[in-house]
Amino acid sequence: MQIDLGEYEHTREYKNLIENYSSQPEYLLAMMQDVQKQYNYLPRLAISMIAEYMSMPVSRVYAVASFYKAFSLTPKGRYVFRVCDGTACHIKNSETLLDQLQQHLGIMAGETTPDGLFSVETVNCLGACALAPVMVVNGKVYAKVATGDVKKIIKEYGGQEHDS
Amino acid sequence: MTANLEQNDRQIVLVCCGTGCTANGAREVFQNFQTKLKDHPEIEVQPIIKATGCNGWCEKGPLVRMMPRDITYCSVAAKDVDEIVEKTLLNGVLIKRLLYRDPVSKQQLTTHHMTDFYRKQHKIALRNIGEIDPGEINDFIERGGYQALKKALQGMRPGELIDEIKASGLRGRGGGGFPTGRKWQACSEARGETKYIICNGDEGDPGAFMDRSILEGDPHTVIEGMILGAYAVGAAHGYIYVRDEYDLAVQYLGKALKDARKNGYLGNKILDSEFSFDIEIIRGGGAFVCGEETALIASIEGRIGEPRDKYVFPTEKGLWGKPTIINNVETWANIPVIIREGAEEFAAIGTEASKGTKVFSLVGKVVNTGLVEVPMGTTLREIIYEIGGGVLKKRAFKAVQTGGPSGGCIPAELLDLPVDFDSLTQAGSMMGSGGLIVMDDHTCMVEVARYYVNFLAEESCGKCTPCREGIRALLEILTNICRGQGRIEDLQLMEDICLTMQEASLCALGRTAPNPVLSTLRYFRDEYIEHIENQFCPAGVCRELTTFFIDPEKCTGCTLCIKYCSVDAITGEKKQVHVIDENTCIRCGECYRICTFDAIKLARREHYGN
Repeated sequence: MQIDLGEYEHTREYKNLIENYSSQPEYLLAMMQDVQKQYNYLPRLAISMIAEYMSMPVSRVYAVASFYKAFSLTPKGRYVFRVCDGTACHIKNSETLLDQLQQHLGIMAGETTPDGLFSVETVNCLGACALAPVMVVNGKVYAKVATGDVKKIIKEYGGQEHDS
Repeated sequence: MTANLEQNDRQIVLVCCGTGCTANGAREVFQNFQTKLKDHPEIEVQPIIKATGCNGWCEKGPLVRMMPRDITYCSVAAKDVDEIVEKTLLNGVLIKRLLYRDPVSKQQLTTHHMTDFYRKQHKIALRNIGEIDPGEINDFIERGGYQALKKALQGMRPGELIDEIKASGLRGRGGGGFPTGRKWQACSEARGETKYIICNGDEGDPGAFMDRSILEGDPHTVIEGMILGAYAVGAAHGYIYVRDEYDLAVQYLGKALKDARKNGYLGNKILDSEFSFDIEIIRGGGAFVCGEETALIASIEGRIGEPRDKYVFPTEKGLWGKPTIINNVETWANIPVIIREGAEEFAAIGTEASKGTKVFSLVGKVVNTGLVEVPMGTTLREIIYEIGGGVLKKRAFKAVQTGGPSGGCIPAELLDLPVDFDSLTQAGSMMGSGGLIVMDDHTCMVEVARYYVNFLAEESCGKCTPCREGIRALLEILTNICRGQGRIEDLQLMEDICLTMQEASLCALGRTAPNPVLSTLRYFRDEYIEHIENQFCPAGVCRELTTFFIDPEKCTGCTLCIKYCSVDAITGEKKQVHVIDENTCIRCGECYRICTFDAIKLARREHYGN
């Protein structure tokens, strides 16, 4: 087995994030969320460190990590395109937006481009139904997106088309 | 015409920095105001967050509201700031082009209080939203905040508080509609020293955002409600469980809790009484099932959000096995008003079995989008047509979906249904948390059912078989029908699966998951049959079954569809009939929806099928 030393690079940062909370179970989600926010995913090492700190089996932390949508076990791209597929957006054609996005970036929802630049996700509802259909890229909200806007938005983030 | 405005005392410029306004450049507007008004210290500039969806004005953002004269400007661009400062702020002259134009009456209005949308509502839970600065506890206190708490601590026994809530007839606003007073009584009678109070803010229904608005716009009312609940049952500790996606809500709640502690409303010996209580925020992990109370409790306990069967209610064994009250955000927001104004006043509003008001998020193909609070028993027609202004682009109304993914679709013939807990259930839907999604004739009901079932397939926790497998089977059948591969006997099969799920699922998610399927089968069966027998989607949504063509008689050659087509499938010169290339067309339907001459027609996609 190859040992990737890079994995240990952030040990101290993980520790700091984790030890912000006491080791009571009600803080498990909170510390996991903080790590997720900082690194855009839950690194394997962080999961085992959390388990140790909480005196829980790693399997239990892993179960929580894989159950909730907020957590990802693989790194996400630098730009995360989130297409809202709440009902209001859905009946205003959000599915076509998603299709276009997937086609132009060459990845499916939940995936990341090989260069690590883009991820595509769907979200259940952003609560901005007056603006439907809505798309969010790294926190920036695009309102009433028309099918034709997708290309432009991808270009804004330096994306090339993967028309295939 | 320019109207002159009265000059009043201190002026405040409020720039909305909510989701909608920020998307349209509110930050730049705010910064421009700050720079421009540097030399005018008598005018104050404040960023505010209006309720999400703010009365449909959200799409008209960025919004700038000027107090005390209460003038709101819409779609303000950064370059308009100079003019606003010079004309309106310094010289009191209205700028007409920035005023809101009511889409129904076509009148230009200076404030949202003048619209039908606003005037026909009755606000209890939303009473402070958009009226106060959510980060400012004194704003809340000025509008009667924490008076109920004083009243309770200084002159009511816990039992009296419970009686008052029972007398008010308040029922849980999270969807179930369980009488709140009875829940409190059960918890108060349960054995044990330690008890917990939980606020369920895990709002997961797509298309519903009332809890978010209350938490963002008026966090103290929820806190006050919880303190009253804690006093009634003798709890010392409470949790607010909020979706992690609701960043702003978490931020404002955190500040509100701090301020409440500082002012002696929260913490040790509240208002110098013997009663102590404190609240913590728990950020949810993004799982729809956690809106179910036992799953939510599991989630707070740091476990995966799987529900348990409720042989024993949480009021007896809840969080950490102790008696627990869980109420939804909107329920908590009603409590202070009931205690302050008295149960009688509250019970006078609404219907026999459903008292008070309910907040709905009115969205979809409707003119005025936003949060609507109306007395229980208001009809769907009043909500959609009088408050909502009717269907967008005057298209035909097809259905309104209520109750989120576990609700159902209600057809046009039931528009006069008074909305309360029981009538909606009878119609095969449910109140749920209060989403109202309006659908027009461009919405395919089979696809809508598939959409909800697909949502639930992802959100089912997988613990019990009827829900896990039933939803999967439904999804497969519905997907087939949408592709033109359905069989007529599938309809019966789906009904059988639905009945089994209703009977045998462990929690409410599984028991109500069949609602979207059953209600569409009940009211829109002909659409299913059309998909199955003729392989045709009358709404033009199911792509495998649809093709679009241009009616040469009707096409005026305006080139609008050419501009909107993202794959350049439409060709044609100006003033000449356009043509759609079927091989290039991706069937997104964009042209079909935007054509103002009704020239784009639907046809069955011939080559497809079995």
